[in-house]
Amino acid sequence: MSDRLNVLKTYKLYVGGKFPRSESGRVYEVTDSKGKWLANAPLSSRKDARDAVVAARKAFGAWSGATAYNRGQVLYRVAEMLEGRRDQFTREVADAEGLSKSKAAAVVDATIDRWVWYAGWTDKIAQVVGGGNPVAGPFFNLSSPEPTGVVAVLAPQESSFLGLVSVLAPVIATGNTAVVVASEKAPLPALSLAEVLATSDVPGGVVNVLSGRTAELATPLAAHQDVNAIDLAGADESLAKELEIAAADNLKRVLRPQPVDYAETPGIDRMTAFLETKTVWHPTGSLGASGSSY
Amino acid sequence: MASVFEYAPAPESRAIADIAPSYGLFIDGEFVEAADGKVFKTVSPSTEEVLSEVARAGSEDVDRAVKAARRAFEKWSALPGAERAKYLFRIARIIQERSRELAVLETLDNGKPIKETRDADLPLVAAHFFYYAGWADKLDHAGFGANPRPLGVAGQVIPWNFPLLMLAWKIAPALATGNTVVLKPAETTPLSALFFADICRQAGLPKGVVNILPGYGDAGAALVSHPDVNKVAFTGSTAVGKEIARTVAGTRKKVTLELGGKGANIVFDDAPIDQAVEGIVNGIFFNQGQVCCAGSRLLVQESIQEELLDSLKRRLSTLRLGDPLDKNTDIGAINSEEQLTRITSLVEQGEAEGAERWSPACELPESGYWFAPTLFTNVTQAHTVARDEIFGPVLSVLTFRTPDEAVAKANNTPYGLSAGIWTEKGSRILAVAGKLRAGVVWSNTFNKFDPTSPFGGYKESGFGREGGRHGLEAYLDV
Repeated sequence: MSDRLNVLKTYKLYVGGKFPRSESGRVYEVTDSKGKWLANAPLSSRKDARDAVVAARKAFGAWSGATAYNRGQVLYRVAEMLEGRRDQFTREVADAEGLSKSKAAAVVDATIDRWVWYAGWTDKIAQVVGGGNPVAGPFFNLSSPEPTGVVAVLAPQESSFLGLVSVLAPVIATGNTAVVVASEKAPLPALSLAEVLATSDVPGGVVNVLSGRTAELATPLAAHQDVNAIDLAGADESLAKELEIAAADNLKRVLRPQPVDYAETPGIDRMTAFLETKTVWHPTGSLGASGSSY
Repeated sequence: MASVFEYAPAPESRAIADIAPSYGLFIDGEFVEAADGKVFKTVSPSTEEVLSEVARAGSEDVDRAVKAARRAFEKWSALPGAERAKYLFRIARIIQERSRELAVLETLDNGKPIKETRDADLPLVAAHFFYYAGWADKLDHAGFGANPRPLGVAGQVIPWNFPLLMLAWKIAPALATGNTVVLKPAETTPLSALFFADICRQAGLPKGVVNILPGYGDAGAALVSHPDVNKVAFTGSTAVGKEIARTVAGTRKKVTLELGGKGANIVFDDAPIDQAVEGIVNGIFFNQGQVCCAGSRLLVQESIQEELLDSLKRRLSTLRLGDPLDKNTDIGAINSEEQLTRITSLVEQGEAEGAERWSPACELPESGYWFAPTLFTNVTQAHTVARDEIFGPVLSVLTFRTPDEAVAKANNTPYGLSAGIWTEKGSRILAVAGKLRAGVVWSNTFNKFDPTSPFGGYKESGFGREGGRHGLEAYLDV
């Protein structure tokens, strides 16, 4: 039996439901924790970032307008696909983060479970954070959460898969669309996640994944006038400040970097950070049912 | 304007508001002079009469006030919620007791009609304190987890269009959640905040819990950038909001911004015309149009444009502009000369760009700052008057043919604060309301406010919500 040469994968970006190479034609070497070469990842450019924003904006109307039930189904489908690729992700996470096989497997399990957790939130968050307001007058009014729009997500640098999903899933569960900048050092799980998203029912453009230098990509995203919000999880302190200043130009919603234990079950903060509240009023002509005689 | 049936003058007595010739800053429970001794004059916009001389806060005063608020924070935040609630209930009651005085004062200092201060501002101010008073001992049930903590010292900067109402929106939730406050009222309308300081004293509020610093933009900037301020709340222009967002970048300060708007008021062909006309008038001429959520862009379905505009013009001809203290006055004075200049220049630009200007026959008083209610027709989306916030009694009229076109035009703005929909068809209300990118959507009504209801913008109209349970979040560590 001859030794078989394995087939290496060319990792590509994920933009608008397609897998382009970087417009720049550049790549960078990705190594494991011991410095062994794993693959060449695309070194995305500002142009790639802008293309991703265009794709995310285009996808926003239909995704935010889909029923929450439908979004939940789609997200759950992603979890199903992830489960089938458990071994692949275990390998990639082990390489990326220098974990043993069993530890990496536990991280992947937690990540899949995290995805399922958010899949279940799509049709519940509105009941938790919205509701009717008891107005002192003959009006009916209702506050409902709505997605902010296009969210740029700087994925955490250290937690290449669990951290990534923990910041991405809440953004799209609530109907936003996302441009994700993968962990600079360990982008491969993110690029593989894109393949899962593409074969699930997530519409193209809802999630766009870029790999490359976080600072290089984050700067145009933070300054982009058609990005509505930015999650700075993967930015260090000085970069975060610079990005926050750039984000002020169109008053982006900014989620500042904060210490997060991604192993813990999250609260709803990462969802509410990218939700607006819309209050709709209508006259009732009366003060409601309280005057009913039976 | 002469008409067949003239109204007899019905002036409110101004004697009830006893304005002192000078006021200090309110720091740590005392009225004090500014550290550098600076003062400024506040004038009545309807007469240009100087009402009082007020101490002008500088950065040293900001520092003093923040220190006082910091000292007060320890005890105030440790107080059981039920006790904080009682202080807020007291304040709410005193506001009700003194509401006539405050309404007159606000009308004098701001220029808005007494009808509005008496019937809109003051009842809402009291209601806000009552509403948030009740939250103070129920924060565990507000949905932000058990035992949510206050942030610390809140630096608050408010505008001149609703001086006392904006103060209530800022101070009531801050105190209910256990924060202490340094508030800077606008330079053209400092008086009601200073009267509020006196209400705090009457209520026995501990020293330093509320500090009031009348002053200009420099004092606001010093407050926002003060390293010992934990929370910044601002209502005002989008330009200043962006500056504040830059200032707090890289700090741990929590920030909420309520900024400008260019609200669309959409009238469909099946709308009840008379009600819609009232709503349009209320949407843009309430408070002389100096309202961030004003319905300043009227979108009319093409088929009813003529009928609606005829009705609207007829209605505008009956509006009474003049002495704000007259109970029959609908339109009062513009708040300041500076604002009048801004409105005038934007309106001239509108004419120069080819929009058609119309105002009812309307005599303006000789002294004071006045601007006649104004309509622009023949407006396109590219016109300045359709894009820029004018913050005055100026309505731009655009048309549309289909609901989709109405939505697209309504959303064609960097702002996203408010919108209105007028139609008899329920499904259309819900469909259109769902698609509008605005924080408040009024259907078959406009410019309604209530302390229980979250208010705030999408896009460049700012972050966060004020009012309701949502309004607590801005002042809690969540």
